[in-house]
Formats: sequence, structure tokens, C-alpha cells
Amino acid sequence: MKTLLLSTAAALAFTGGAMAASHEGGAVKIGVILGFTGPIESLTPNMAAAAELAMTEINEAGGVLDGMMLEPVRADSTCIDSAAATAAAERLITSDGVVAIMGADCSGVTGAILANAAVPNGIPMISPSATSPGLSTAEDNGLFFRTSPSDARQGEVLAAILADKGITEVAVTYTNNDYGKGLSDAFISSFEANGGTVTISAPHEDGKADYSAEVASLASGGGEVLAVLGYADQGGKGVIQASLDTGAFDTFMMGDGMFADSLMADLGADMAGSFGAVPWSQGEGAEAFTSVTEAAGINGDTSFTRESYDAAALLALAMQAGGEATPAAIAANILNVANAPGEPILPGELAKALQILKDGGEIDYVGATNVELIGPGEAAGTYREYTVEDADYSTVQFR
Amino acid sequence: MEFLNAIVALTNFVLIPATAYGAQLALGALGVTLIYGILRFSNFAHGDTMAFGTMSVVLATWGLQAMGVSLGPLPTALLALPVGILATIGLVLLTDRVVYRFYRAQKAKPVILVIVSIGVMFVLNGVVRFIIGPDDQNFADGGRFLLGAREFRNLTGLDEGLAIRTTQGITLVVAVIAVVLLFWFLNRTRTGKSMRAYSDNEDLALLSGINPERVVMVTWMIVAALAVVAGTLYGLDKSFKPFTYFQLLLPIFASAIVGGLGSPIGAIAGGFVIAYSEVMITYAWKKVLTYVLPETLAPDGLVQLLSTDYKFAVSFMILLIVLLFRPTGLFRGKSV
Repeated sequence: MKTLLLSTAAALAFTGGAMAASHEGGAVKIGVILGFTGPIESLTPNMAAAAELAMTEINEAGGVLDGMMLEPVRADSTCIDSAAATAAAERLITSDGVVAIMGADCSGVTGAILANAAVPNGIPMISPSATSPGLSTAEDNGLFFRTSPSDARQGEVLAAILADKGITEVAVTYTNNDYGKGLSDAFISSFEANGGTVTISAPHEDGKADYSAEVASLASGGGEVLAVLGYADQGGKGVIQASLDTGAFDTFMMGDGMFADSLMADLGADMAGSFGAVPWSQGEGAEAFTSVTEAAGINGDTSFTRESYDAAALLALAMQAGGEATPAAIAANILNVANAPGEPILPGELAKALQILKDGGEIDYVGATNVELIGPGEAAGTYREYTVEDADYSTVQFR
Repeated sequence: MEFLNAIVALTNFVLIPATAYGAQLALGALGVTLIYGILRFSNFAHGDTMAFGTMSVVLATWGLQAMGVSLGPLPTALLALPVGILATIGLVLLTDRVVYRFYRAQKAKPVILVIVSIGVMFVLNGVVRFIIGPDDQNFADGGRFLLGAREFRNLTGLDEGLAIRTTQGITLVVAVIAVVLLFWFLNRTRTGKSMRAYSDNEDLALLSGINPERVVMVTWMIVAALAVVAGTLYGLDKSFKPFTYFQLLLPIFASAIVGGLGSPIGAIAGGFVIAYSEVMITYAWKKVLTYVLPETLAPDGLVQLLSTDYKFAVSFMILLIVLLFRPTGLFRGKSV
């Protein structure tokens, strides 16, 4: 036992020394903290792969600054356990010595990491997928950015769709967590500002077998449509199913969590005329991203892969623009590289971007998601407004 | 017209769902109450026995569907029921042989058996998830509605729709058949009578030559059959997910205790009391009241006593009230 302990300790000391050596030898570490276990564990491997793809692209172009190579270090945010996520981030910062963090994913743990690890240590972070409106006003000392739009914006988009359709009375149901509560608050305040009336706002719990009681209350409240701000493979679907069964509602308005082919396959035929919005990327950037990921053999079609690529690319470009691989330089330059003026940069053109920055020029990083950081450093976001026709999504317009 | 609308809305959103749910709870509570009356302990593994039985039915249903067998408008799962019941009888007899018989021979106190059943519950929990996974499984097929909401509106010209799902109809019919069979068995057959005798007074029953192991075996078989039927009906009507069966344990125990542990009639009454209270206390009465009351009195608020989040809390409250004021339950079962 003693020998085993001794040899483990020796091995640890050795690897620790090796890592320190590589750091001095010109590598910059970037933390990739995503929920590799937990509720979105099916999405995170592709997200991490997309982020690391951006770093590989930079390294193949000769690295940032004077040939410093980027080195991703993964950590598990668990998506739901704030304490575990904070510990993981703390480990990245103090033990691995990362200069910036790509992450985290879910809104709750992102807020926890920001407050407990990033801000005290002055480490900038870019989240690809945290959408809670609460993060817009979180105390971040200018360290927090996100490549996904805040749900406050989605709330406005949904309210605008209703205004265009002339609908003034809706019932609202949301999944009972940070995402659902934040989105429903944002939606209701925009909708009421437009003169609409919310007849009832009722939460639903995910993972239950039966939603007839929830639907009974919603039906009692009444309204022209039922706004469902939940998940397509969870309670949101159950609520729609029970509403159709009892005839409580025929038309539904859906938030981004309800966008799924499985929902159309199961219930689409009965939902004709329902509508909703989902964050969408289109145009050159999205196409360039598809060809880059295909060439690298990565699946870039799942949610938030584009945002992850953009987040990692922004960190590296900010590093180059700042002229040094320090947290402060990165934080100070993210908005400069993300927004106009400058040469537009698409996915796959990171080498070109680095060269322009080296020559003292300016870039406007467009990326896979048309990155435009507004307000406290969050994506403006493009939303696709769709209606349900013939059990499929059909695009109305982009907002 | 207004009054008819009110009645239809109430039936659609309260009476029909609550009746189907009540029937499912009643079947579950009958199983719990039989174990309590005859084996003399609270079987916490009952919810997961239901999950195991339903899982067997789901697997058998998939097999039948793959072979192209169907019952037309009725769910194929009804054909698969006997398979599930046999599998579950095998399972409970095995757990009895391996686990419970040891403690029975030792004349262990009921509280020890309760803890033992919690252990069995965790094992079954794992077994079910291991075989079929923790996710939702949908195995209902056949016609979805006996009466659709839109059809009803067109038919009657009323504003409110009334929908009756096929599974809700089947739940009631199957529950009635199961209960009639059970009562016939307990009251008319020799084995049923010996079970009641054993429940009333174990020593006297033994003296009069009743074989205790046989009574125990028959009880487990009946309980297994009831659990599978209850679980399958619940799964057909809602959907099958192992965790929800674990959650069902609370309303089922509440039903059995409210009705009076050990009393089969009490279990049925308790099931309906719990189901109706859960649904009615969390229902928003605005719609019904708007129809019934004159316009000046129509409510602005939702007239909802408790948010639907607190559905399970209703079972707890009723349980507490009954235990405080009438510990033997409505039908004078055994005191807890």
C-alpha cells in the first residue's frame, strides 16, 4: 500500500512538472467547462468538439501571438449542481492555470461559476448556451459574455409575433426552473407592455405522467392560445397532449425549448396553425461552419455547436488583439473583435483574422451565428418565426 | 345552456380524469391493503412491483405489435396483461421465498418487514431501470378517443367540449371486473374464506387447519395480479416511466389508510376520496363559476384553492387528518 501511494505521488509530481513545463514552453490553456454529465449530456460532446475545433484551427495557423499554442482543458459543469461546477472552475483556474473559460452551459451553474470563481479571479468567460435574462444584470466586472441571446430578447420576439397576429389574450405555462421562469417573466412583461392580457401563468413540473390537472387550470383561465415555454421531450409535450385531448386549446405558441422534430412526429398533425420562435443561424456563416465541421468530421448540427465554436474563436482572437495571453487583455478586447468596424470573419477564416490583427488591422467576427454582441456583451440573436403546417415547421420570417 | 356548459366543463376537466385516476389508485390500494391485512406489514415495494409488472406488459406488447397482432380499437396491452401477471407472480413469489419467508419464520416485528420491503423496493427500482431504462415509454395503441372534444361540440352545439379517452373507459371497465372477481373470490371460495380467517385471527386459523404458506402464496399471487392491472391501466392512460410509479406510492398508501388498512372496500373508497380531492382542490373553478353565477358575480380570479404543484401535498394533508381523527380509517380497518 505504502509503495503504491509513494509511486502515485511520484507520478503526480512528475506529470505536474511536465504540465508546468509545457505552460512555460508557450502554451495557453483555455477552460472548456460544460455539463458532460447531467441533463444536457447528449449535447455537450458536440459543443466541446466545436470549441476545440476553433482552437485547433488557430494552432494550425501557427497559434496566437508569437506561436503560442492553445490548449483546451475540459471540466464538468454538471448543468445543475452549482457547487460541483464552482469546484471544477476553481480547479481550472488555480490548478490548471487557464486564462479564460469557454462555458458554462446551463444558466444556473454559469451564474454560480461567474460569481464564485471567475469574478474573484478576474477570469473572462464566454457562455455558448446560458440564456437566462438574469445573467444580463449579474455583477461581472466586464468579464462575462455570451454568444447565445438572452431570453429577454426571446420574450420580446414572442410578444411581437402575437402583436402581429392581433392576439391579446393568452394563457402561459412554463417549465418550473430558471430557464422557464426567466423566459415566462420576460415574455409576460413584453406582452403586457404591448397591451396583452395573460389570463393565467402556471408552472408545470417536468417528468410527470399526467398533466390533466395543470391543463384543467389553464383551460379555466382561458385565452386564444396557450404559450408553452417548456421542453419538447418533457412536460411541454405532456401539456400540449393533454390540452389537445381535452379540447382545452387547439393553438399553441412555443418557446425555443419546444422546437424538436420528435414533437412534430408525435403531435404535429393536430397542431396545425400553432407557431413559435427558435434561435437560428442562416447565411454564409452557418454554411461555412457546416463545411468546416464536415471537413473535421464533427457533428455540428446539434444545438449550440455554432455558439461554442464562436465562443472559443472570440477568446483566441481577443487574446491576439490584446497582444498578450492574460485574462485582462482578453476581457478588454472581446467586444472589439466581435463587432464592427473591421473585416468580416467567417468560420474557417481564423488564420486570416489572426494575420489582420498581427498587422494592426481590425476585424468584425461574424462566425457561425452572425455574432453581434450588444448590451453587457451578449448576442443579439436571430430568431426564426415558424408555424406548424402538415406536421412540419414552416418558416414565416426571421426576426 | 349556461348550466349545461358548466356541467360539461366540470365533467371534462374534473369528473372523468378523477374517476379514472381514482380507479387506478383503488386497484393499487387493494394490493397494499391485502398485504397489510394478511401478511401484516406495509409493503413499500408495491409501487415498484407495479412498475415491474407494467414493464413486463410493455415488453410483451412490443412483442405482439412486432408480430402484427392488434385488438383493433382496443390497446394491444390488454392481450399482454396475462404475460405481465405471470411474470410478476413469479417475481413476488421469488422475493417471498428469498426474503420475506425468512423474516416470517423469525416472527419479525412489522416494522422490520417494512424496512425489508424498502430494501426490496430499491432492488426492484434498479431491476426495472436496468431492463427498460429510466425514460418514458409509450405503449398505448388502438383508438385514442371514445368521444372527442371537437365531435362533442359539433354534436351538441355547446361551447364546452367533452372528451373521453379509450383508456379512461377501459380503466373503469377493467377496474370493475377486477374488483368483482376479487370480492367473489374472498367471499365465496374456500381459499378466499381461509384468507379472511387468517387475516382475522392467525392462531385460530392455524388451529382449524389452514395452511399458512398456502394463504401467503395465494395472497401474493392476487396482489401481483392487481398490481399489474393497476400499473398497466395507469401506464396506458398516462405513460410508463419507472419514477412515476415510485411517486404513486404516496397516494396509494394514503388511499389504503384513509379507507382503513386491511379493508378492501375501504381501499376502493379511499382511492376515490384521494383522487377527487387531489383534482378538485387544485382545480381552478373560474370557468364553471362563470357559467353558473350571474354575470355581476362572475369571478375575476382563478378561484383555485391550491396551485397544481401541490397535488401530492393534498394526499399528505388527508392522510394526516385521517390519522389524527380516525386512525382506523373510514371503514374501520386495523389501526396503523
